[in-house]
Amino acid sequence: MELLLQQVLAGLANGAIYALMALAVVMIYQAIDHLNFAQGEMATFSAFIAWQLIAWDQPYWLAFAVAVIASFVGGIVIERILFRPIHNAPILSQLVAFIALFSILNSTDGEIWNFTIKTFPTPFGREPLFGSRLISTHEAGMIGVTVVILGLLYLFFRGSRLGLAMRAAAANPDSARLVGIRVGWMIALGWGMSSAIGAVAGMLIAPVVYLEPNMMLGVLLYGFTGAVLGGMTSPGGAVAGGFIVGVIENLAGTFIPYFGRELKLTIALVLITAVLLVRPTGLFGRAVVSRV
Amino acid sequence: MMLEVDGLEAFYGEQQALFGVGFGLDEGQVRTLLGANGAGKTTVLRALCGMVRAAGDVRFDGKRIVGWATEDIVRLGIAHVPDGRGTFLRVSVEENLQLGAMTRRDRAGIAADIEQVYGHFPRLKERRTQQAGTLSGGEQQMLAVGRALMLRPRLMLLDEPSFGLAPLVVEELFETLRDLNREMGVAMLIVEQNAALALELAEHAYLLETGRIVMDGPSAVIGADESIRRSYLGY
Amino acid sequence: MTMPPREAVEPLATARLAAIARPNARYLAIAAVIAIAVLLPVVATNFVVFQLTLVMIYGLAILGLNLLFGFNGQFALGHSAFYGIGAYTAAILMDKIDLPYYWTLPCSGVVCFVVGFLFGLPALRLQGLYLALATFALAAALPQILKFSPLEDLTGGVQGIVLIKPEAPAGLPLNPDQWLYYFTLAVLLVLLAVATNLVNSRTGRAMMAIRDHPIAAAAMGINTSLYKTLTFGTSALYTGIAGALGAIVVQFVAPDSFSFFLSISFLVGLVIGGVASIPGCLVGGLFVLYVPNIAERISTGLAGAIYGCIMLLVIFVMPSGAAGLGRVALARAMAWRTRRR
Repeated sequence: MELLLQQVLAGLANGAIYALMALAVVMIYQAIDHLNFAQGEMATFSAFIAWQLIAWDQPYWLAFAVAVIASFVGGIVIERILFRPIHNAPILSQLVAFIALFSILNSTDGEIWNFTIKTFPTPFGREPLFGSRLISTHEAGMIGVTVVILGLLYLFFRGSRLGLAMRAAAANPDSARLVGIRVGWMIALGWGMSSAIGAVAGMLIAPVVYLEPNMMLGVLLYGFTGAVLGGMTSPGGAVAGGFIVGVIENLAGTFIPYFGRELKLTIALVLITAVLLVRPTGLFGRAVVSRV
Repeated sequence: MMLEVDGLEAFYGEQQALFGVGFGLDEGQVRTLLGANGAGKTTVLRALCGMVRAAGDVRFDGKRIVGWATEDIVRLGIAHVPDGRGTFLRVSVEENLQLGAMTRRDRAGIAADIEQVYGHFPRLKERRTQQAGTLSGGEQQMLAVGRALMLRPRLMLLDEPSFGLAPLVVEELFETLRDLNREMGVAMLIVEQNAALALELAEHAYLLETGRIVMDGPSAVIGADESIRRSYLGY
Repeated sequence: MTMPPREAVEPLATARLAAIARPNARYLAIAAVIAIAVLLPVVATNFVVFQLTLVMIYGLAILGLNLLFGFNGQFALGHSAFYGIGAYTAAILMDKIDLPYYWTLPCSGVVCFVVGFLFGLPALRLQGLYLALATFALAAALPQILKFSPLEDLTGGVQGIVLIKPEAPAGLPLNPDQWLYYFTLAVLLVLLAVATNLVNSRTGRAMMAIRDHPIAAAAMGINTSLYKTLTFGTSALYTGIAGALGAIVVQFVAPDSFSFFLSISFLVGLVIGGVASIPGCLVGGLFVLYVPNIAERISTGLAGAIYGCIMLLVIFVMPSGAAGLGRVALARAMAWRTRRR
């Protein structure tokens, strides 16, 4: 029983990161109807920036803040320079642009900081939380930070004018323009926020999986999975999906005998595909009704 | 003249939809664009708002606005109520109205205007926290007009406001439009299929046929002409 | 993802090409290309011949993906799985029961068709993005399954299976590389012809109708479920045969060669070549084989970055791929000719 609880909590901790990535992915998706495949790489790059600052003896929270701000700005710049010019191009071409971005970032990381794994500090320490064997302070920290971020985002989107404008721009860009909202900048802002969230996710998971250029591959994958599982039309669903994926991954790895460890990814994906067959638009997604 | 249109052409991709449309509108005037389906009425409104590729001369207060982005045209005081209403379905009624005022900063003024809109459309006030998508067609149309009013527009473009609405609701709506025009001096350009109602409200009418204005004159004249009524207006 | 906008794909690509260029000119062009292809091994080194064989193989794999996405609108990220299944089927048959290499092609084809068809059945319920995820799951799962310990005897586990390169049939003065080049060329031409005929037939039009407007297609009486699953199977068959050829030519299969990244490569090749363009697939194959090499030669450390930059450049310059560019060029040439008359 204790093992189960421990694994569920560990799953939630990892799931928190997947939830953040899922949220970042869905935010961009709602704005531009595309998946940002380079989200993970952008997060890794930010984590490296933070790591570098720490390596230069800067305090953790300064490095953290700089990385987050740099990601925010970077996200906006990438959107304006790279994706805005091709937003009318065929979908697959835009997809290839994402892939190109992925490639560029991944390779640049490797070139600047090489591929040896690096340790990344955690501000939360790694002791057992309150002495309990169920969860460590860092894991609790991951969940805590995620909850705080989700809370802030909720307040922003529901309670502020800008948040309302962003929601409107994503939901109905034509009508948004008719009320004077600069939809292009709303999209850029969405990218910025999404990158910043990714940066936080990267810096939280780096202490666990060690920092190296390919760090976020698996995480992004699980993030996507969580987003699709939850339903791409629902940010809340994406977050829930992320947590669920984290728990499933951990439980499958621990409890399914023998091949659980080897086929962790496969099992997670198979389970999710099975869910999709039953609920084709995700657990919390809305079926998109289109008029013909 | 507040709005002057001369030689307006519009294109959907390679297809040309408007061939040199010209008309004008002054402060406080109500005019209507009539014609059969596919004549290009909606295209005219879209061209005015920069929503389709356009060429020619369109001046608002003397400023040339062809080629401007929609967001910028709107800020000049032109509110467009699109066909299909363009309601933000998943936010509340009140949030829809707040969105209408997105370009304004005067909080008190916005709040006062929202109350004024509720004054014109009491049913919206009853449903202020409801999701806009749950409103009936007539209520959504009222909401669309209300949202346009939040801009404090000098010109309102309405695209088929009567579409899909029950006759009684349409009458009520047009009454309100008349009141708005009288009280607030908002000029209106109305595209309508329901020619009879439009001719009652507007003082001047334009008849559009496959992208060209084929007739224009005071509503009374157009409405009285038997042959026009039968061939273009269907009654 | 919205799936796919009508402007993204030129309808009846090959048919339009046929309409623009006179049939004689077209056949002449095709004959010229084939002639060049046949003569190449005579002048090129073995290594180049080997590379060109791989170009054809990738082109074939990309054609498989094109059939599914370009012509039928089903978004699939899992074709590395079909490629891998085809490759492993061929490898296992050659390794365990000494099946001659040419028989492995139809076997791989059939196996992949069945797998593709079976996958296409549940895929009917999934749209766009969700289908992408499901196919992605397939692609990501394959390497793990191939490495799975209990199956090691069959698959060779992490180390994979090593194969022997087939010799040219007795009497032909060709070395193995040249022979495999011609073998692949022959297979490619046959499959290209079949695909072209398919696309220009009633079946092809039904596929494209489903892609462009599934509801209208169904309303017109097209059995969308049947067409979609059959297309899935056929698409898998093409990529599977490509995989089998790949295994034979490279003489080696290993789980990590068939990861998700291969699917990405196919996708990139599809876009570069031009969605819904059959000749474009070969351009895609060329890109996918040579450009990473070029990038690596420019800078080993930043190879990925350079590859990415080249991809971006191509997208900015030719958003509809090489085929799109080709069509524009051809249309302009035709317009110029008519003006001159």
